[in-house]
Amino acid sequence: MTAPTVERELLPFLEAAVSETPVEEIETFPAVNTSAEQAVKRLVIINWSGELDRMWPTLIMSTAAAASGYRTSVFITFWGLLPFVKDQKRIVGETWMQRMLSLMQRPGISHLKLSKMNFAGMGPWMIGKLSKQYNVAQPPELLEAAQAMGVEFIPCQMTMEMFGLKREDMIDGLGEPAGAATVLELMTEPNTASLFI
Amino acid sequence: MAFVTSADSTTDIVRLDAKGLKCPMPIVRTAQAIKEIASGQLLEVLATDPGSVPDFAAWSRTTGHELVASDVDGGVYRFVLRRK
Repeated sequence: MTAPTVERELLPFLEAAVSETPVEEIETFPAVNTSAEQAVKRLVIINWSGELDRMWPTLIMSTAAAASGYRTSVFITFWGLLPFVKDQKRIVGETWMQRMLSLMQRPGISHLKLSKMNFAGMGPWMIGKLSKQYNVAQPPELLEAAQAMGVEFIPCQMTMEMFGLKREDMIDGLGEPAGAATVLELMTEPNTASLFI
Repeated sequence: MAFVTSADSTTDIVRLDAKGLKCPMPIVRTAQAIKEIASGQLLEVLATDPGSVPDFAAWSRTTGHELVASDVDGGVYRFVLRRK
C-alpha cells in the first residue's frame, strides 16, 4: 500500500525531526518533590484593601503560613498600607490632600473599618465585641505574631509616595519598599500560593 | 515561652496549653514551642478549637513534625508531636 502523496513528501522531514530530537529533551519532567524539606513553600499576599474583614484573612493566612514553615511575603499597597502606619499617628502626608485622605481614613492597625456594614463604626464595634467574646485573636496581636514568625511585609514604594507616607510614619520591622517587579518575581517562584486581598 | 512548662532531657514531654485560643493561634504557639525543644523530643498540645483537629494534621504534614497522637477528652483536644 502506498502512502498518499502529501504524507510521502512529509515523511523524510518527520523522520529527520524525530531523529534530531534528543531523547532526554522529550522525557525531561520536573522532579516531583514529595518531602517537606525538599520544597520550600511560599505564600505571597498582595494586601490591597486594608479593611478589618480583609486584614484578618491577610494576617491569619500569613501567620499560619509562617508557622507552617512557608516563606511568607505580604506586599502592602494602596489602602493596605494604612494599617501599617503607627497607631498613634492621626494625620499623615505632606500635601493638604494627602492629609485630608488620612483624616477620612484613619490609619493604624487598631482603627480598621469594615468593607461592608460599617455603619459609621457600629459594624466594627459589633465585630470587635463578638471576636473578643469568642476569643478570636485581634489584628494587633496577629500582626505582632506575624512579625515574630518572620512574615516579611513589603511596602509599595509608589503608593507610599502618593500618600505622602515616610518610613518613620510606618511601624518598625517592615521590609524595604519595593515595586511590582519584586512581587512578580516572588509570585512566580515554585511552590508559591499567591493571594490578592 | 510563657505557655511551655520546662523539660530537662530529650525524653521529657513538653506541654503547651493552647486551650481557648482560636485559629491560627494554636498553630502559631505550637510552631514557636517546637523550636524550643530538641529533635526527637515530644510536644503535647492541648486545645479547645475543633478546627485544630484538621489543622494539626495538616501542619504535621506540611512541616514534617510527626503527629504521634491525636485524641479528645471532654472537649479538650490533645495532640502529641515529635520534633523532626
